[in-house]
Amino acid sequence: MSKTIQEIQEEIVDEFAMFEDWMQRYEYMIELGKALPLIEEKYKIEENLIKGCQSKVWVHAELKDDKLVFTADSDAIITKGIVAILIRAFSNHHPSEIIEADTKFIDDIGLKEHLSPTRANGLVSMVKQLKMYAVAYQTQLK
Amino acid sequence: MSIATNNIAFNVEKIRKDFPILNREVNGYPLVYLDNAATSQTPKQVMDAIVDYYSNYNANIHRGVHSLSQEATDKYEVARKKIQQHFNAKKAHEIIFTSGTTHGINLVANGFASFLEAGDEILVSALEHHSNIVPWQMLCEKTGAILKVIPMSEEGELIYETFEELLSKKTKMVFLNHVSNALGTINPIKKIIDKAHEKGAAVLIDGAQAAPHIKADVQALDVDFYVVSAHKMCGPTGVGVLYGKEEWLDKLPPYQGGGEMIATVSFEKTTYAGLPHKFEAGTPNICGGIAFGAALDYMNNIGFEAIARYEEELLDYATLKLQEIEGMKIYGTSKEKTAVISFNIEGLHPYDIGTLVDKMGVAVRTGHHCAQPIMDFYKIPGTVRASFSFYNNKQEVERFIEAVKKAKTMLS
Repeated sequence: MSKTIQEIQEEIVDEFAMFEDWMQRYEYMIELGKALPLIEEKYKIEENLIKGCQSKVWVHAELKDDKLVFTADSDAIITKGIVAILIRAFSNHHPSEIIEADTKFIDDIGLKEHLSPTRANGLVSMVKQLKMYAVAYQTQLK
Repeated sequence: MSIATNNIAFNVEKIRKDFPILNREVNGYPLVYLDNAATSQTPKQVMDAIVDYYSNYNANIHRGVHSLSQEATDKYEVARKKIQQHFNAKKAHEIIFTSGTTHGINLVANGFASFLEAGDEILVSALEHHSNIVPWQMLCEKTGAILKVIPMSEEGELIYETFEELLSKKTKMVFLNHVSNALGTINPIKKIIDKAHEKGAAVLIDGAQAAPHIKADVQALDVDFYVVSAHKMCGPTGVGVLYGKEEWLDKLPPYQGGGEMIATVSFEKTTYAGLPHKFEAGTPNICGGIAFGAALDYMNNIGFEAIARYEEELLDYATLKLQEIEGMKIYGTSKEKTAVISFNIEGLHPYDIGTLVDKMGVAVRTGHHCAQPIMDFYKIPGTVRASFSFYNNKQEVERFIEAVKKAKTMLS
């Protein structure tokens, strides 16, 4: 039985709780960024680019059976780390679960500053984009 | 080497006491504020002027017969005179209060629409901030005039020879900044103004980035328009100044209609007030104007020559130390530049560096700095920009360098 988004989020929160300071958290995020499941080059196109980021972020979504699988890339490594965390939580789930999921865990792992909509990295835009894909694919499933 | 603190005439530690914000912590570290090109910090003396205004003589100006209004009007006009003297304008009414540099540029661009015909040419430099590109593009769309660009070199300097070639009888106006916000290059504006005048073109200089470091003498420069913002020179946000030669300001139509800018109004005909009121419709930022005057007093008290000398020492020291970092690439290497360093580290994104140094309490700017054409020229997404002010000290430069090194280690 695969884990729910909620369970994965809790897992991520537990991992981040082990770190004592911001530096360790960011170092871990950078590691996660490096391990991000990379988007295929052919999907690094204008349409997959998320607006509102100082760095470039591409996200691609694909339906496998009834689950939505995300791949992504960014030219900035911290942004890559952030998108890696989001993808780990959201990818490979049913669109309806993705639509329902909340993002409070971002706050819990000490990355609250990235949640501000005025922040140029566009974490908010990333979440919105993932959910938009979910909405689009859910209608396909019906 | 000569370092900042060796400058005996310049007591930076005493100056720092005037800036309460420099005592605060950010993310658990003492703040190192190196985003001065975006906005400068405010000394107590300017805050006192603001508090004094609201505590003692807040009133609307130029209208009331009551004493408070008179007092506020007097102080506002005294501020205008201070600004006039600072920039050595011939007349006080050549100083128009605006909401800032962008407002000043738009005021002139809008007014020039009535002087331009299709086929006229406007020259703008490749080093411009978007605020000095977009209004002219809009003007060109409206009038059919053509926008031409004075190109830049790898060092971030304007190519003067090409400027001369572009300049012709068709050129009606030339617009450029005194100092580039993204690179810190000081442009040879006197030479450009004189050359443009030979062909009968008017010149507007965006002085926003120069004003905190260089005292411009508008008469000696013979410039037609010079625009600045108070918030880059220790004053508050939302206020600035447009200097214009009287003959130009007389010719330009009003920008906005409203109270204050009129002489008589009837439904048949309105006659406009004289300078400077013709361009100051509505209730202005009274307190801001007065505080701008206080900011100029503060900076002049320290002295612009001393400020420039000290900032140059900080710039040299920071540049030297940054260059020791492997993979360092500094953009804008003109010999004539203000205390701004725009850089990237090979293989790293400026956004990552900016995010990590912020976690260490160091405030720098990252991105394209509202100067995308410059980033396109270098084929980069952006840079990290550290911009220094006279209240920064050598220890802060060292903290900044350490933070950049640490960020590099984390990211590599």
